[in-house]
Amino acid sequence: MDTLSDLATPLTMGILYGGLYVVIALGLSLVFGVMNVINVAHGDFVTLGGYVAFVAVTSLGLDPILWLIAGIPLFFIMGIVIQRFLLYRAFKMSIDAALIIAFGISLIIQNASQLVWTPLSRSLMTPYSFKSFQIGEVYIPLVYLLDFIAAVIVMLVVHQFLKRTYLGQAITAASQDRQTAELMGINPAVVYQYAFGIAMALAAIAGVFLGLTFPFNPTSGVRFLIIAFGVIILGGLGSMVGTFIGGMFFGLSQALGGYFWGPTGQLLVPFLMVLIVLTIRPQGLFGR
Amino acid sequence: MSQEVLLRVNNIDVFYGSLQVLWDVSIEMKSGEMVAIAGANGAGKSTLLKTISGLMHPAKGSIEFAGMDITRMNAYDIAAQGICQVPEGRRLFPNMTVLQNLMIGSYSQKARAKREENLARVYELFPILKERQNQLAKTLSGGQQQMVAIGRGLMSNPKVMIIDEMSLGLSPLFVSDLFRVLHEIRARGITVLLVEQNVWRTLHEADSAYVLETGRIVMSGRAQDLCEEEEVRNAYFGT
Ligand SMILES: Nc1ncnc2c1ncn2[C@@H]1O[C@H](COP(=O)(O)OP(=O)(O)OP(=O)(O)O)[C@@H](O)[C@H]1O
Ligand SMILES: [Mg+2]
Repeated sequence: MDTLSDLATPLTMGILYGGLYVVIALGLSLVFGVMNVINVAHGDFVTLGGYVAFVAVTSLGLDPILWLIAGIPLFFIMGIVIQRFLLYRAFKMSIDAALIIAFGISLIIQNASQLVWTPLSRSLMTPYSFKSFQIGEVYIPLVYLLDFIAAVIVMLVVHQFLKRTYLGQAITAASQDRQTAELMGINPAVVYQYAFGIAMALAAIAGVFLGLTFPFNPTSGVRFLIIAFGVIILGGLGSMVGTFIGGMFFGLSQALGGYFWGPTGQLLVPFLMVLIVLTIRPQGLFGR
Repeated sequence: MSQEVLLRVNNIDVFYGSLQVLWDVSIEMKSGEMVAIAGANGAGKSTLLKTISGLMHPAKGSIEFAGMDITRMNAYDIAAQGICQVPEGRRLFPNMTVLQNLMIGSYSQKARAKREENLARVYELFPILKERQNQLAKTLSGGQQQMVAIGRGLMSNPKVMIIDEMSLGLSPLFVSDLFRVLHEIRARGITVLLVEQNVWRTLHEADSAYVLETGRIVMSGRAQDLCEEEEVRNAYFGT
């Protein structure tokens, strides 16, 4: 058997589950775009999304994707509340204060999840968890394909929202020039609230697909935050296409790293790729 | 033309942190007027405009607009009340298209209702913008960017339009065109407040004017009269 067809499996898988990274990174980048704050709790919001879906699956017997019908609005509202009553108050003092609050939220979520759900790894079990499909010679787990489909849908919806609605345009404008946006009658506090609410809704979605794809535990969020950060930088800050390609690229290099060097290569290779890309193109693949 | 005072700035002091930039500045604008503020580099012109727009707040003094106290109001509320600012350096949203930049100008509720009408007006004033409407703002020439900036201001359906350094970096011929547009805008009942370093030009275009020098108003009056003032001639025209 030649190496090329051997490689086909990790290549396809990497690109597909890279979709999960796209969804995580999109929420992080949306908030960073308007507030210039790296929301260090974003990864923990994602795992929280996973745990809440875990409850929906185990105690209510719901399908986790179906659960999102309630999960998305729930997280959206949570985001608005956290932004309005917690983060924004700190943000008005300084970006550093907001960062510290975000750290605090991150620690609280991690420790509370340990209390409630124990430090054990969990995953979302469904009838299709172990299903796979075949492309040519290659067998691919179905959930990886779902990651990719979720990423495409989320990208299209967010893109259309940003482009076609007044609120979306306000978010876009504020992320390009906050002061001038204010001169246009845009209240930045409102923009931050909605951007944060949307980021949380994206975290709910990401949490479900995370739980379908990989086992997660209360501290997994940190790892996904770092990955999402890598994806945004790789793709170029402020570019949605960049985030999408960045996510795929990250998944791809992770899968290849794992294929050649085992678990140690899984994160080493993608972050080496980030370094290489940044050396050649400091603004990232699609940065402007 | 009604002659009631539309915008009044009363004895304001403005600081950046502990650095005072404006001292006891007062100006007033009558409805339908074109008022100019002239002054050299660093005199505090932009600071005055930012304070009127609510991006900064005075430490002392007050600002009234249409009988309302707007001294402590937020910039986004002031914009919704009908004061728009075309900022220094255009400050377009670079990665949004021309049309998107114009549309975001009509963000406030009142302006949204008149969106189509105002867009038609803007395209009438600047036909080239219609041709370029789907181009990203950052790809336009400086002159076209200034057109978008003014158009974006008009989209907010303003009562007062404040323009900071409109002619900066543009050719004299093009600037003449823009001034023609400003007169047209004024003819439609919009009060215009202009800031320029080019004192001569400004005084010839405006009805009344103020001269700002290191944060203080040193002269004011009818623009035409100021043109004839010896001090102004000596200081700015070198005659
Ligand atoms: N953000 C700031 N922080 C501190 N000082 C500032 C700031 N912006 C302006 N200044 C200072 O305030 C003074 C007035 O600046 P301002 O921009 O209002 O002048 P201007 O008349 O608009 O000048 P120009 O013709 O160059 O635009 C200057 O001395 C400037 O250095
Ligand atoms: Mg200035």
